[in-house]
Amino acid sequence: MDLSQYKWQGYARTDGRKGIRNKVLVVYTVECAAFVAKEIARQANNKDVDVIGFSGCTDNAYAIRLLVSLIKHPNVGAVLAVGLGCEYVQPQRLADAGADAGKPSDWLYIQNEGGTAKAIEKGLGVVLNMLTELKKTPRVEMGFCDLVIGAECGGSDYTSGLAGNTVVGAFYDKLVDTGGTAVFEEIVEAVGLIDLLQKRAANDKAREELTQTYNKAMDYCKSVRQYSISPGNFVGGLSTIEEKSMGAFIKSGTKPIDGVLQVSEAPTRKGLWLLDSTPDPHWMQFGITNPNDNEGLMDLIGCGAQVVFLVTGRGNVVGSAVAPVIKITGNHETFMNMNDDMDFDASAVLYGSKRLEECADELAAYVAGVCGGGESRAERLGHKEYFIPYKYQNIKRCGDD
Amino acid sequence: MTMGQKAFQINAADNVATALSEVAPGEITITGEGLKDKITAAEVIPQGHKIAVRDIKQGEPIIKYGVPIGTATADIHNGAWVHLHCMRSNYDERSSHLDIYTGVPLDQEY
Repeated sequence: MDLSQYKWQGYARTDGRKGIRNKVLVVYTVECAAFVAKEIARQANNKDVDVIGFSGCTDNAYAIRLLVSLIKHPNVGAVLAVGLGCEYVQPQRLADAGADAGKPSDWLYIQNEGGTAKAIEKGLGVVLNMLTELKKTPRVEMGFCDLVIGAECGGSDYTSGLAGNTVVGAFYDKLVDTGGTAVFEEIVEAVGLIDLLQKRAANDKAREELTQTYNKAMDYCKSVRQYSISPGNFVGGLSTIEEKSMGAFIKSGTKPIDGVLQVSEAPTRKGLWLLDSTPDPHWMQFGITNPNDNEGLMDLIGCGAQVVFLVTGRGNVVGSAVAPVIKITGNHETFMNMNDDMDFDASAVLYGSKRLEECADELAAYVAGVCGGGESRAERLGHKEYFIPYKYQNIKRCGDD
Repeated sequence: MTMGQKAFQINAADNVATALSEVAPGEITITGEGLKDKITAAEVIPQGHKIAVRDIKQGEPIIKYGVPIGTATADIHNGAWVHLHCMRSNYDERSSHLDIYTGVPLDQEY
């Protein structure tokens, strides 16, 4: 099925990107400001108000880039930055980033406002005004060609590599063919796949980026003496890291890989991209690649993904701030057992009752529904997790020193 | 949903398939697009674990997804359970030191 038939109304942003949500994003700059920020969002009592923040307070470049990329994200219509008043991370600079992207933006210091209650009162007023303002955001027709979609897996079991990720891979092939953009991650789960990665490179530059990224991830695995596979994986039937890796990699589909993104970097053109979330080598001791699933989802959203997939076998419940999470499982029992949380059952491909192609088309229809304003399971339940850690990763391209 | 025991083979080039439920010794249907072979399971295969769909010699690659996922450390017969007792990773040496039933590491002193 041709995905270009799907069209829905999105939100026009001044940078040319299109959003599928129109959120007010409340951003705190340090843990000391987190309560006030969360209370502003709670009292606004509107599903379009999300909170993210950084525990701070030292202004880690990686975390700042991620915050700014989320502020500029196409699903975000307006920004309120909330600081305490003595931290390194500057709420005014964050609000400036929002204003640069043409969004109503404001900021406050709790110390200047006179404490918790007054800061909440002021912030709430700002957010309520922004919600009114956002009703005027111009609507624009959009389709799959305007989307960036990210995918990662978590809580994997034997079905993830056989059904969940294969359906995502088949869908990604269609997305790329339609002129959309697909991002996949988990390079530490590409062990043994260097030949395959190189063969999939769209051009020489992409091949060099993929090779460097693979080698960095391998160095990481060797230096921490840990591959991304656990006793539970072995009990579940995965015998080697190569087997788990291929099960994860298969979600990238079969199209050429256009290059490698660092966290917070938007793709420079449409196509298929690998997201590298591994810390840089000289800082490796200060960062863990993917401490949890929400960190991985946040990284994908930071690259501009308007919607993200979480493929799970054993089941996961999380959603995310900024972008809807669609949870896909290849395990029919998990789908039934955690039905309120699971968006999509991909298990039919295992039993031969549906073809891969058919499942990919059904997934496309579901994604189009969510993009058109339908709630994902996590949105319906109110999940809005986020995770922005300290990490050290320079944005550099091949050829740079 | 299932009639009889089944294992899923994801790529026609594979020499293993994945048991979709616990498999008892006896006939098993191999599913996967375009695949409808029947083989005989030689032993109990736990759910999610691999079954050899042809004879595999010691030193040969174990192929799943059409790529090598490790190397056979013993001769493996068609229908046999394929796991850490008869294959190893080509990268991660530690996984060869795990208990094959529980996955518990046996190489760490406490």
